[in-house]
Amino acid sequence: MDNNFIKEAMEDEERLARGLGWFSIGLGIAGLFMPGRMAKMAGVDDDEHEGTIRFVGLREIACGIGILSQPRPAGWVWARVAGDAMDLALLGAAFTSDKHNRAQVCATTVAIAGITALDLNCAQRLSSKSGSKGGAVHVERSITVNRPPEELYNFWHNFEGLPRFMNHLKSVKQSGDGHSHWIARGPAGTDVEWDAEITEDKPNECIAWRSLEGSDVDNAGVVRFERAPGGRGTVVKVEMDYNPPAGVLGAKIAKLFAQAPEKQVHVDLHRFKQFVETGEIPTTRGQPAGRPSSTSKKFDEPVRRGF
Amino acid sequence: MKANCWYGKHDVRVETVPDPKILNPRDAIVKITSTAICGSDLHLYNGFVPTMEKGDILGHEFMGEVVEVGSAVKNLQAGDRVVVPFPIACGNCFFCEKKMFSLCENSNPNAPLAEEMWGHSPAGIYGYSHLLGGYAGGQAEYARVPFADVNPIKIPEGLTDEQVLFLSDILPTGYMAAEQCDIEPGDTVAVWGCGPVGQFAIQSAFLLGAERVIAIDRFPNRLRMAEEKLGAVTLNYDEVDVYDALEEMTGDRGPDRCIDAVGMEAHAHGLAGAYDRVKQAAMLETDRPIVLRQAIMCCRNGGTVSVPGVYGGFLDKVPFGAIMNRSLTIKTGQTHVQRYMRPLLERIQKGEIDSTFVITHRMNLADASKGYEMFDNKEDNCVKIVLKP
Ligand SMILES: NC(=O)c1ccc[n+]([C@@H]2O[C@H](COP(=O)([O-])OP(=O)(O)OC[C@H]3O[C@@H](n4cnc5c(N)ncnc54)[C@H](O)[C@@H]3O)[C@@H](O)[C@H]2O)c1
Ligand SMILES: [Zn+2]
Ligand SMILES: [Zn+2]
Repeated sequence: MDNNFIKEAMEDEERLARGLGWFSIGLGIAGLFMPGRMAKMAGVDDDEHEGTIRFVGLREIACGIGILSQPRPAGWVWARVAGDAMDLALLGAAFTSDKHNRAQVCATTVAIAGITALDLNCAQRLSSKSGSKGGAVHVERSITVNRPPEELYNFWHNFEGLPRFMNHLKSVKQSGDGHSHWIARGPAGTDVEWDAEITEDKPNECIAWRSLEGSDVDNAGVVRFERAPGGRGTVVKVEMDYNPPAGVLGAKIAKLFAQAPEKQVHVDLHRFKQFVETGEIPTTRGQPAGRPSSTSKKFDEPVRRGF
Repeated sequence: MKANCWYGKHDVRVETVPDPKILNPRDAIVKITSTAICGSDLHLYNGFVPTMEKGDILGHEFMGEVVEVGSAVKNLQAGDRVVVPFPIACGNCFFCEKKMFSLCENSNPNAPLAEEMWGHSPAGIYGYSHLLGGYAGGQAEYARVPFADVNPIKIPEGLTDEQVLFLSDILPTGYMAAEQCDIEPGDTVAVWGCGPVGQFAIQSAFLLGAERVIAIDRFPNRLRMAEEKLGAVTLNYDEVDVYDALEEMTGDRGPDRCIDAVGMEAHAHGLAGAYDRVKQAAMLETDRPIVLRQAIMCCRNGGTVSVPGVYGGFLDKVPFGAIMNRSLTIKTGQTHVQRYMRPLLERIQKGEIDSTFVITHRMNLADASKGYEMFDNKEDNCVKIVLKP
């Protein structure tokens, strides 16, 4: 199990951030070295603004370098948002003075407003991902499935069937007394194993479980089946807590679970839904392509592996 | 088999690839007899759709003969002649039950990717990026058709490929574009773009009761087609200011319904065109919403703007204030093709609809790359290309 998918998603945002970084530097250099040209382009064509434009240029460069040199550039992207807001304010001032070419100031304002929107979008997304928690992990995720609760409860109750849609599970063996043995794919080709017991079992409503003493990963979870209103099937809600142990393996597992547990559960639930609604899990693995691999290593495989 | 594969911007090539196999019980394999190049393919060709991968097999408008079915497909058998709709639908989920097939919740194996981009995922589509499933497409000798028990439509004897091929996409797309306008007697409908989608939107607008259809483009051959084959009034945006012309033609009120059959690569002269080109090139916006803005500004108060044109991501300066303050309705979406195939097939059989008039070129699959270039540049009066494997 690895975290390519999440890396991929983060990389996309980081690529966007980096793009903005380079854009900042480009804009900054232009502002610094060609303030006259920049002023003309922006429609504020006179000497008194050259200083301002040089300053804006410096700010853009600082911001750009900030974005490019940070491993997680959220803060610097927010700096760009602030910078964009300042540009808008400066242009706003230019707008009220008659000397300036209104149409051009207007076009520039409009262009920068667009950049602001992009910065804002990027900064919000980066911020929402920052701040990973170490140690205990709590995950909640739900999905609506177009089947009755009874059917889904029965399907889930057979734990041995779970690996069919849970990619990171290798096998589950049930031993009849409410106990079961779970083997999951761990980091770097290792297996992670635990024994679990059922702690609550309400037919057609919920199943809860908890790992027993001596597990590789301390974990507990519950899956609830709630009838969706208006005959829209069932809302399946999963809640899980992991408490990885101390030690090197523990740290690896903790990292693994802490990075994308929501996504993993989400992908598993989507595959569960696909399987119970359609009778199969849609795939493209094994289809033809004009390259050696049938699927895309970059885009498909991370999702298929459940990251 | 031979298949037309994407290798990058302006780089598509017909290569030898493995034959498709049944991968799931509800799959079928179709031997393709006719396939087409779509305006949507041009967005891939011009590199505006993210998550394409070198070697992806293109094509989502295809038909042919069933050669093999999976164990769960009971309603088709080898030898059946079928047209395949471009969105892949499961037939079992909430949206399939609502007949919103292009929103199927199950057919996109990469739904989590699409959720990153759009918040929620639509259905998978053949040969249309990994965001939409990464499915191998139908500009090939064979294709694998998932959920074959609910998607393809069987074609009765006596109809040629060319008469029914466009049921796979553009005929239903033009129809849905007009249908979602909720046309009322006396309505004037303005259609931006006289490509195949625009032509079928014009045709359908008349079928659905439009009093007058105004067709807008800059290519004389396409405008002539809309005028001569369909009876539209035409506007060449190279020659007139579209807003002013529409105001004049509608007594200062604006067209009642506006259809954007152009999408993300709209073309414009002057500053407006340059503005979006630069921003798109600098990746500061993903689409050039020139026509969308114009359609919104031109539409009459309380009117409908229907958008079959494809957009991918984040658009700039879309005048939402005009939409809100003037009570406009926006309708859009990838076409729910499965909803329209049967009724449109019946109309074709009865001779009420002819869709062959858009075909200007017939080529070998082997010449796909030349076809893409020609269609992209609208060379040789090209409107629609049909490829024969
Ligand atoms: N919603 C769907 O399910 C669906 C299905 C098929 C196609 N599409 C989309 O429909 C659009 C059209 O497809 P097509 O096959 O007809 O493509 P096409 O490229 O043949 O046609 C586009 C036409 O728009 C014209 N155009 C460009 N800029 C214009 C402007 N400013 N004003 C007026 N006309 C302008 C072009 O000259 C061209 O004739 C594309 O975006 C395509 O992706 C959507
Ligand atoms: Zn198409
Ligand atoms: Zn479905």
